[in-house]
Amino acid sequence: MEITLNGVKVQVEEGWTILDAAKFYGANIPTLCYHEGLSPYGACRLCVVEIGRGGRSKLVASCLHPVREGLNVRTHSERVVKARKMLVELLVARCPQSKILQDLASSMGIEKVRFKPKYDDCILCGLCVRMCEEQMDAKAIGFVSRGVKRRITTPFDIKSEKCRTCGACMYICPACQLRCQGPKADTVLCSGCLNISPSCLEKYEDTMCYMDPCVACLKEKEGNKKDVKKKN
Amino acid sequence: MHGELLSKDFPAIDAIIKKYGERKEFLICILQDIQARYGYLPKEALTRVAEKLDIPLIQIYSVATFFKAFSLRPKGGHTIHVCLGTACHVRGAERVLGKIKRDLDINVDETTKDMNFTLKTVNCLGACALGPIVEIDGKHYGNMTTVKVESVLKKYSIKKME
Repeated sequence: MEITLNGVKVQVEEGWTILDAAKFYGANIPTLCYHEGLSPYGACRLCVVEIGRGGRSKLVASCLHPVREGLNVRTHSERVVKARKMLVELLVARCPQSKILQDLASSMGIEKVRFKPKYDDCILCGLCVRMCEEQMDAKAIGFVSRGVKRRITTPFDIKSEKCRTCGACMYICPACQLRCQGPKADTVLCSGCLNISPSCLEKYEDTMCYMDPCVACLKEKEGNKKDVKKKN
Repeated sequence: MHGELLSKDFPAIDAIIKKYGERKEFLICILQDIQARYGYLPKEALTRVAEKLDIPLIQIYSVATFFKAFSLRPKGGHTIHVCLGTACHVRGAERVLGKIKRDLDINVDETTKDMNFTLKTVNCLGACALGPIVEIDGKHYGNMTTVKVESVLKKYSIKKME
C-alpha cells in the first residue's frame, strides 16, 4: 500500500495507523495520551495530522486513523501546527504544574498562555485508566460522570478492592510529574529552557542537529519567518 | 424498600438480571429495572450486577454516573421539578426555588430527611405560558408564587396525608 507522507510517496502495511507510518519513516508527531503498550485512545488530539487535499482536507487523530491507499498525509502543515499549539496551550492552562506539558509547550515554541490557569491535577488523557485495565488487569479506576464533571476515580470514590496499589497509574500519569519549579511556580509557562544558548556547535541551513526538536533552532526559525515572507 | 432490606434482596436483583439472560449488553436495561424497583441504584445492587455479569464495577459505576436518568442516592416519595427555563426565570422561578429550598431545608438534587421530597431543577417543561411552573410527581402547577408554592407543598407533606 502506498501513501503520501509529507509529499513523499512511501510504502506502508495494511493495519497500520498514520502514527505507525509516521514513526516508521521518522516523521516526528508529538503525542501525549499515546503509549506503545496501551490501546490508542485519541483523547489528547496532539497527534493531529492533515489528510486529504485542498479545501477538503481535515484534521484527524493519527494514533487512531488507519492508513488507506493513496492517503495524503501532512504531519507538519501550517494548519496542523497551529491546531497543535492551541491544544498544548489549553492543556498547559489546565495543568501548568506538569513537566511533560511544559516540555511540550517549550518544544513547540509556545511563549504565552492566553487562558486562565486552572491548576487541575488531571487532563483526562485516560493513560492511567488504560494502564490499570490493560497492563495491570485490575480495572480499579475509570471515568465517572460526564461533561465538565468528568473525572477519574474508583467506584463510589472509596478504596477499590481491585486496586493493588501498584502505582502504575502514577507512573504513567503526565500530570503527576511536576515541573522543576514545583507546583506553585511564579509563571504559568516555564519556558526557562528557551533561554538556554544553542547547544549545537555547527548549524546548517537545511538540516537540524540530532537534537530533534532543538528549541534553539525552532526559536531561530520563528524569528526568521517574517524575513522569509518578505522575500517571497 | 431501602437500606437493610436490600442486603437480603439479592434474589430480586438476580431475577432482573436473569430476565435479560445475564448478558452484558443489557446493562442499561438492568440498571433501569433496578432503578424502577428501588427508586435509585443501591451500591449493593451494582456490586451484585458486576459479579453476575462479570464486568468491572467501575464500568457499571461509569454508566450509572453518566446518565442523568440514574440516581445513586435514594429518592424521596415525591419528586419536585422546578422549571428554570428562560420564561420561568424572568417570572421569578429563582424565588420559588429559594422558597422551596428554605421550606424543605434541602438543596437541589437532595432529599428531605423524612424521605418525602426530592428537589430537582429542569431547564424547560414546555409550558412557558404557565411559568413559573413546578411539577410534582408529573402534575404541573403553573403561575407559582412563593405564597402559592407553600400550599402546594402542604398537599404533599406527610402530616397532611396522615
